[in-house]
Amino acid sequence: MKRIILVLSVTGILFALVLSTVLKKSQEPDKLTTLKEKYSVKHTSSVDHSKFAVLQQKFSSPQKVTEACISCHNQRHTEIMHSNHWNWEREEYVQGRGIVYIGKKNAINNFCIGVQGNEESCAKCHIGFGLKEDHMNFSAAQNIDCLICHDNTETYAKAPEKGGAPDPSLNLNNIAQHVGQPKRSNCGVCHFYGGGGNNVKHGDLEKAMFDPTKEIDVHMASDGANLQCVDCHKTEKHNISGKLYSLSSMNHNRVTCEQCHSDAPHSSSILNEHTYKVACQTCHISTYAKANSTKISWDWSTAGKLKNGEPYTEEDNLGNHTYMSIKGSFKWANNIKPEYAWFNGNASHYLLGDVVNDTTKPLALNTLYGSYNDPEAKIIPVKIHRARQPFDPVNKMLVQPKLFAENKGEGAFWKDFDWLKASEVGMKDVNLPFSGKLSFIRTEMYWPVNHMVATKENTVKCGECHTRENSRLAALNDFYMPGRDYSAAIEILGIILIWATLLGVIIHGSLRIYGSYKLKKGGVK
Amino acid sequence: MKKAYVYKAFERFWHWMQAILILFLAFTGFEIHGSVSFFGFKNAVKYHNIAAVLFLILIVFAIFWHFTTGEWKQYIPTYKNIKAQANYYVFGIFRNEPHPTKKTVLSKLNPLQKLVYFGLKVLVIPVMVLSGLLYMFYRYPQANGVEGLNIGSVKVIALLHTAGAFLLVAFIIAHLYLITTGTTITSNLKAMLTGYEDLEEDEPKSEPEKKGSEKEMAEEVSNNEF
Repeated sequence: MKRIILVLSVTGILFALVLSTVLKKSQEPDKLTTLKEKYSVKHTSSVDHSKFAVLQQKFSSPQKVTEACISCHNQRHTEIMHSNHWNWEREEYVQGRGIVYIGKKNAINNFCIGVQGNEESCAKCHIGFGLKEDHMNFSAAQNIDCLICHDNTETYAKAPEKGGAPDPSLNLNNIAQHVGQPKRSNCGVCHFYGGGGNNVKHGDLEKAMFDPTKEIDVHMASDGANLQCVDCHKTEKHNISGKLYSLSSMNHNRVTCEQCHSDAPHSSSILNEHTYKVACQTCHISTYAKANSTKISWDWSTAGKLKNGEPYTEEDNLGNHTYMSIKGSFKWANNIKPEYAWFNGNASHYLLGDVVNDTTKPLALNTLYGSYNDPEAKIIPVKIHRARQPFDPVNKMLVQPKLFAENKGEGAFWKDFDWLKASEVGMKDVNLPFSGKLSFIRTEMYWPVNHMVATKENTVKCGECHTRENSRLAALNDFYMPGRDYSAAIEILGIILIWATLLGVIIHGSLRIYGSYKLKKGGVK
Repeated sequence: MKKAYVYKAFERFWHWMQAILILFLAFTGFEIHGSVSFFGFKNAVKYHNIAAVLFLILIVFAIFWHFTTGEWKQYIPTYKNIKAQANYYVFGIFRNEPHPTKKTVLSKLNPLQKLVYFGLKVLVIPVMVLSGLLYMFYRYPQANGVEGLNIGSVKVIALLHTAGAFLLVAFIIAHLYLITTGTTITSNLKAMLTGYEDLEEDEPKSEPEKKGSEKEMAEEVSNNEF
């Protein structure tokens, strides 16, 4: 008996030890606490710009402010003039294309299509002054708009359709004296309004991010870590890290979650293993467009309808445009579950003049590369913006129409509502042929979703992907995922085996009962 | 008929722990597989992994026990009597014929049992253990820079593990039924619970005969166990 007790207690202790190891919480110093401590110390400026004599003058033009800046920061303009914020293009290596300069000059999107021929309007988001149609002096340092990024008064703003010049009523003197590191308001004024309205393009960057709650973005939350854009988008010599693959192609200069959180931030090894194939964002951004809607589709083919000869707009009950004569029909959505794609950090792009041979399936304007078998690739969340946009079916290329002009009769679609004329003028502006025939083809743009990181409680749950029905990853089927996938053959054989066994047991059992009943009745035995 | 001590304390402990663990592993496993839904995927994985570790420990103890006691010999398959045993299950059992294989302490299993349990021990359980360990750890070599042991996908591992699970579930169903085919319907169950079973007398003596309470006997026998 003693022996039994001894053996049972030894086994019991062993089992308890194993259980405690399996259930043990990580005892390592909490990385998150370290990060929180680090980022709770906010940046303070080393100089007070309001004390500088050069900034006391009455500025007669915004260029004079820039000259004042350069009089002290006398090399910074060269950094700016090498940046893609200034040049609106990057030198990129693209698979199958080689080294190309990709930027607003040659890329096409499926929102307002492109900047060509529309520069004066679009210039309100260029960090320079004096951007005119097909003319911009990119070598004139005084055309750099320092204040759009460095104004800390939150009053500086560019005037619409003035080639990038600020609103003339602004007190440039006061603004120039209150400059500093860019804040969310500086970046957001352009990046939250891409596509000509709040949250039109990104879906995860919008005006709610000026002052977000933890529910919207756990990092930038004003009531939380209150991180500014440049806290993650680390910047050296005006080279801002991070870029979006709507225009970028190469796997470099990226901002990653890992740069702060490491690639094994979980206490659970199973979760850490996921990071080989799953990007952090995939689980930690459960929905985007949390505060305001984002555009998810744009149909240019319906544009041009007029009421009494005048263009008109229609809105949904949230105030989002659903139809505009100048642009066509839109669909909007909020609190969107992202779609998912394999991505290895490399993308390619449709560039102006590329020939499209297959129009039976939607044309990807920016193809994200990657697959399960690609060791560099991870699953990332994406917003896919779907559109129908103008296409020349004879020359087989997407059409860059002329959209904006001051006056009627210049061929601008937004004034004249003539697709053929707008296409002809627009394509001529970019030195491409136009056949005179126009159709509309389906296109898709992939916008990786990186912001609006959820609180811990609101991350994607295991069962939202590992499930047979409505898996978030249902569209990615080049790999086996437990809970979602199975082999139909094993499943059928297995179920047949179990039913056959059950049936055998039932028949055998019934026969035994019948047999013993008969034996009893017959009195044999 | 004579009362014999057939299943020793560890053997019974092993049997019932194994039964509980396999049932629990099957349930949580089929939840991970997507067939049932109860704990939620995350918890199912967690519990499945804990149960798996316990099962591994149990297996280590069981292997040790089988080899130190020589009980492993019970599972060596034999053709002897196999046809008679099959005939019994197909015909004889309905006519209340006697079991063709006599159960003794040194030979507890009939030839069909030997075959099935042997298959479980050398095939199904090792496949489940190996595929299960790979399922848990297949990325670890890669994680530590050992690219040579890189397994690209969990697919083959998972499918093997699933196939094994179906076999085990089918085995459990058959097993639960076949234990009712002893001398009486519950005699096998009682034997596995208490360790004692009434066996036919003309068997070689293998256990020390002792009169007295069961408690005393258990204590006496347990001294010979390990």
